[in-house]
Amino acid sequence: MRILTYLLIILLVSCKDKPEATNSAAKIENDNVEESIELEVYDFDGLQKYLSTTTDKIYVVNFWATWCAPCVKELPYFEELNYKYADKNVEVILVSLDFPNKYESKLKPFIISKNLKSKVVALNDVDSNTWIPKVHETWSGAIPATIIFNKNKRQFYEQSFTYNELETEVKQFLK
Amino acid sequence: MYTLKTFIAVITIVIASAFTTTSNGYKVGDIATDFNLKNVDGKMVSLANYKNAKGFIVIFTCNTCPYAVAYEDRVEALNKKYASKGYPVIAIMPNNTDVKPGDNMEAMKARAKAKGFTFPYLMDEGQKIYPQYGATKTPHVYLLQKTKKGNQVKYIGAIDDNYQDAAAVKTKYVENAVDALLSGKEISEKETRAIGCSIKV
Repeated sequence: MRILTYLLIILLVSCKDKPEATNSAAKIENDNVEESIELEVYDFDGLQKYLSTTTDKIYVVNFWATWCAPCVKELPYFEELNYKYADKNVEVILVSLDFPNKYESKLKPFIISKNLKSKVVALNDVDSNTWIPKVHETWSGAIPATIIFNKNKRQFYEQSFTYNELETEVKQFLK
Repeated sequence: MYTLKTFIAVITIVIASAFTTTSNGYKVGDIATDFNLKNVDGKMVSLANYKNAKGFIVIFTCNTCPYAVAYEDRVEALNKKYASKGYPVIAIMPNNTDVKPGDNMEAMKARAKAKGFTFPYLMDEGQKIYPQYGATKTPHVYLLQKTKKGNQVKYIGAIDDNYQDAAAVKTKYVENAVDALLSGKEISEKETRAIGCSIKV
């Protein structure tokens, strides 16, 4: 079923190219997007490899979407953290909850225009009642939401961050 | 001694986290507050106005959240199906409209008109009501049943299990819950969770 959906999306995207061919500017933009970004899309089972670790690394996993204003607002702080703490074994992963029909039109152009350096993956799993508690028991499902973990402990935050707040939390894991 | 300390620490964390999740807002079984909020037609609406209702499907929702928008037609369908059976939909828009102008009263009116909402679509003026319920996101459903003590919370959570595709829904949480109340049965799933847009303060 999932493969069918992808095929359908590919078909739709390729069909869409034709009418846009008359509009050269739109066509070029579209080509850029397709050439430069590969988006990893997972269901929750697939995503789980990003939600725990056995290494010494500290992971900061942020659940967001392009349509979520407070998420977009705090993204630069996650980017800054990812850059500044890369040498301290900290990695940021941005899990997009954008709808699949917006991957091409919204998510990929957003990743390019904001020049996001952190790893972005998309979670496409409609059965949120099953997977939300697996991310964290207390998560109501509102985004933004962030989980910080290493192999020994994990902390969950259903909130927005400033850079300082985020850095303070990560430092707890660096002690 | 060390293990005792750890034990106490763990217990403290468990208690603290239990409080952070449950102290804010209603749990199933609590009595929900009534309100007096302005509808898109300019009139004030209270649950007490509905003398013949058996209960209410209270839904915190808005114009600007893609998840809420994805559910608009299904919310309308819920009202069509259950208002006549005694469980009308009461939609409440909880966002701060300074932060989300797309959710202001004019925009709510336009949306209600365009979509032909047959249920009240109320503004949580001053954002006093949603914190009492404990809504954190849109859409967020509270199914209430009229009892002698007041409107008792019977179900909290999502509308169904597929926000992307109404045709692919496997479990209609709210319909199942209302059906159970109508037939005097126990609700099988009293709380569910779904992704939604955080309420803008």
